[in-house]
Amino acid sequence: MNVLFEDIIQPGATWSHVLKRGTAIRMTDIKGGANAAGIFYNWESPTERYNLPDTLKAQHVAHLTRGHVLYSDMGRILCSITEDTAGWHDPLSGCSNAALAEAKYGEARYQEHRNDCIKNPYDGFVVELAKYGLSARDMAAPVNFFSKVVVDKDGNMQFVTNHSRAGTTIELRAEMNVLVLLNTCQHPLDPKPRYDPKPVSIMIGKVAAPASNDPCRVSRPENTRGFILTERYFV
Amino acid sequence: MKYDTIIPAGESWIHEILKGQYFRIVDVEGNQAADTLFYNAHDYEDRYSAQDTVRAQANIYLTIGTRLMSSKGNVLLTIVADTCGRHDTLGGACSTESNMVRYAIEKRYMHACRQSFVKAALAWGIGLGGMLEKRDITHNINFFMNVPVTPDGGLTFEDGVSGPGKYVEMRAEMDVLAVISNCPQLNNPCNAYNPTPIHVLIWDPMD
Repeated sequence: MNVLFEDIIQPGATWSHVLKRGTAIRMTDIKGGANAAGIFYNWESPTERYNLPDTLKAQHVAHLTRGHVLYSDMGRILCSITEDTAGWHDPLSGCSNAALAEAKYGEARYQEHRNDCIKNPYDGFVVELAKYGLSARDMAAPVNFFSKVVVDKDGNMQFVTNHSRAGTTIELRAEMNVLVLLNTCQHPLDPKPRYDPKPVSIMIGKVAAPASNDPCRVSRPENTRGFILTERYFV
Repeated sequence: MKYDTIIPAGESWIHEILKGQYFRIVDVEGNQAADTLFYNAHDYEDRYSAQDTVRAQANIYLTIGTRLMSSKGNVLLTIVADTCGRHDTLGGACSTESNMVRYAIEKRYMHACRQSFVKAALAWGIGLGGMLEKRDITHNINFFMNVPVTPDGGLTFEDGVSGPGKYVEMRAEMDVLAVISNCPQLNNPCNAYNPTPIHVLIWDPMD
């Protein structure tokens, strides 16, 4: 990766960027135990956005890792997961909101706690979406990067603690010009009773276009077609 | 009965259900996916959320007792009866675009649920006080579909849990707008390769 800029997303913060085709974002869990909820849109036409069921169905998965891609509702690939040392990121559990955060963590207002006040991802996303002319109507289903939730044979969901260690990284390559929103609040099923979100460092850089034998392209025949449809968009 | 209709395969349906009313969907001939969305009837921004629903009960399958949650944390409806036993909310709706990815690029021209959803949403916006667009079409419930997740994080399609006459029944906990696409998918077994009608009923508890 030819690095263009770096930043550290502070704990509980919301961050956004239009990730250009031909670049990638590398996220690193600096301290261990981080969660980064992410939502994704086609920047040129934001009614096209990350689609959770289409992503799962096309790849027959209920988790995300290297070799998988994030599909939009238009049959195109927004991002590919090109590197991953966690092995599992959770697409199922969504994000917390003000009422859930208060029920779990209590109240900690800005007045008393300044920038350590308790934040929640739903409100963080809606405020950030508004900066691009989008609203709660446009909320896409978040992927919870660095978090693992397993499902047993009866359908029960279980959050796996200590999944992401310090230094865990994931790299997303943009296959379109993608509006990316990230929020570093805790996972909604994290059993830790205390509000204790972690920072996530990010690095944006130029990367090569996916080759004909790119692992994400050839991982499934569905993804090969997904790349064809994405490349047709730019014709 | 206050309301009673048959939705043929490949058709969409949109209707309000008032707080306290009961809503039943019957799988008339068996193994027919009823793709369903709900909205708070007074705030369409507040709509059914698959992720919030499965997380709230820490289980991915919908059945008796499941509270269908909205994006703003409200309970839209509660499932109060279910002779099928399990319904899916991770598999979403078929679309012409996802059919191209999943099956073949030539499948673009086959009818799909998202066409029906968009058609119903746009029609509801005309002169009825509402306004719904493609961007309001979120991740739906698939009544009568079985999409198990495996412990190692795989997603499988194992239809066949439903059968003729099986039904699911909900009680509205607030005024809701319901949208159904009676699924036209012919490329996988979600409709047993033969899409069939579903029967929808709405009634007041006093009826």
